[in-house]
Amino acid sequence: MTYLHNIGAYFLMIKDMFRKPTKWSVMRDLIFKDIDDLIIGSLGIVAFISFFVGGVVTIQTALNITSPIIPKYLVGFATRQSIILEFAPTFISIIMAGKVGSFITSSIGTMRVTEQIDALEVMGINAVNYLVFPKFIALMLYPFVISIAMFLGIIGGMAACIYGGFSTVDDYITGIQLDFIPFHITYAFIKTFVFAFVLATIPSFHGYYMKGGALEVGKASTTAFVWTSVVIILLNYVLTQLLLSS
Amino acid sequence: MIEVKNIHKSFGDAHILKGISTTFEKGKTSLVIGQSGSGKTVFLKCLLGLFQPEEGSILYDGSIYSEMNTDQKRHLRSEIGMVFQGSALFDSMTILENVMFPLRMFTKQSKSEMEDRADFVLKRVNLEDAHNKMPSEASGGMQKRVAIARAIVNKPKYLFCDEPNSGLDPKTAIVIDNLIQEITEEYNITTVINSHDMNSVMEIGEKIVFLKDGLKAWEGSKENIFKTDNEVVTDFVYSSELFKKVRQMYLEERH
Repeated sequence: MTYLHNIGAYFLMIKDMFRKPTKWSVMRDLIFKDIDDLIIGSLGIVAFISFFVGGVVTIQTALNITSPIIPKYLVGFATRQSIILEFAPTFISIIMAGKVGSFITSSIGTMRVTEQIDALEVMGINAVNYLVFPKFIALMLYPFVISIAMFLGIIGGMAACIYGGFSTVDDYITGIQLDFIPFHITYAFIKTFVFAFVLATIPSFHGYYMKGGALEVGKASTTAFVWTSVVIILLNYVLTQLLLSS
Repeated sequence: MIEVKNIHKSFGDAHILKGISTTFEKGKTSLVIGQSGSGKTVFLKCLLGLFQPEEGSILYDGSIYSEMNTDQKRHLRSEIGMVFQGSALFDSMTILENVMFPLRMFTKQSKSEMEDRADFVLKRVNLEDAHNKMPSEASGGMQKRVAIARAIVNKPKYLFCDEPNSGLDPKTAIVIDNLIQEITEEYNITTVINSHDMNSVMEIGEKIVFLKDGLKAWEGSKENIFKTDNEVVTDFVYSSELFKKVRQMYLEERH
């Protein structure tokens, strides 16, 4: 029953997010602030992880290709496919669920604990729109982060290839251009937009409806991370089935 | 003026407010007092429209809150100032931005007009050099004064304060009490304060409503509270030896 209640409350929160909009001049500032906090603030960690995981994917692929009849350019091909299809959109989203999700839950949860949300409501402000909508809009720039993750993942793979001596630059570049299907990029970005919505709303829900004090803010952040990850993994499966299996 | 007529509020099986009626007049500081669990906070949240009573009605200057449409309720909310127990300042904004916030949300003033108004009310609460501080850098007393400044910046008709003295030393508490009373008289607003601080009762209680177990057990002024022989009130108000002596002296003086 609790799960059903929470799912219902979540969808009501989504509805409230679009009701009674906050004055545009205030909303604009909130959106810019959230772009800075959620998107710009995540670029460093995303770039670091993407570069090195791209390298690891390349090394693992190269080390597992033992047959001499398999061409070396397949290392680049496998790296590109892994990064564009799964690593950048899904793996990075799980990391963002930890980084951005816990930030959203704890900041909104702290506002709940310290009566700041009550203060907004007493003033007649739609607190859900004020707090969640700018995060939702800011995370619509999430595909930009994922593009950087894709690019740096492939560059990281190339660096690992060169410095590890697994294949030549020419082979790697041939591999990443081999049998390129543009729809795979579309598929990756469709997933990214869906995950961005999940990243903005599930942590906000856990922060907004939390009860208790500082300890509960920590618990809500953990719960938000778990549920955001679970929903991302489930939606990843559903979207892959829908978009790639036809 | 706020009129409360026979309001009832329950949560599940717990009947919290059991038919409270009273009136809070314009330009006067009214206090709602009572022990913890007496229903003070629920009563205040009903007045603020955060809880909807199951029975009874609340009238703001003659208009019944529950019969207002969304726009009327929104307009009324913009005329309400609220000072929360923990100040509830927005911790991502400076003190000046906190005070300007209601103006940014509800007026079409230019930035310089808003700054002038915020500056004026900050001076009114004796905070002249704190504009660019963050709330976390301000003391408890300063935070309360900023909360009062934010509550009055948009010239509200109604001011609500939930235990404005909690966590403050007695001297600062008196400063805050007097400030609220001065502002109430100066701007001719209807002020309702939730409190269990007896110093506040004696200092600024122009009207006192005493709640016990969700019922109005007594109401009167700070002068009347010395004279009352209502045991429920005297047990609560004169629970400390100091207040017992103050009352005794007051009664002896009168005789």
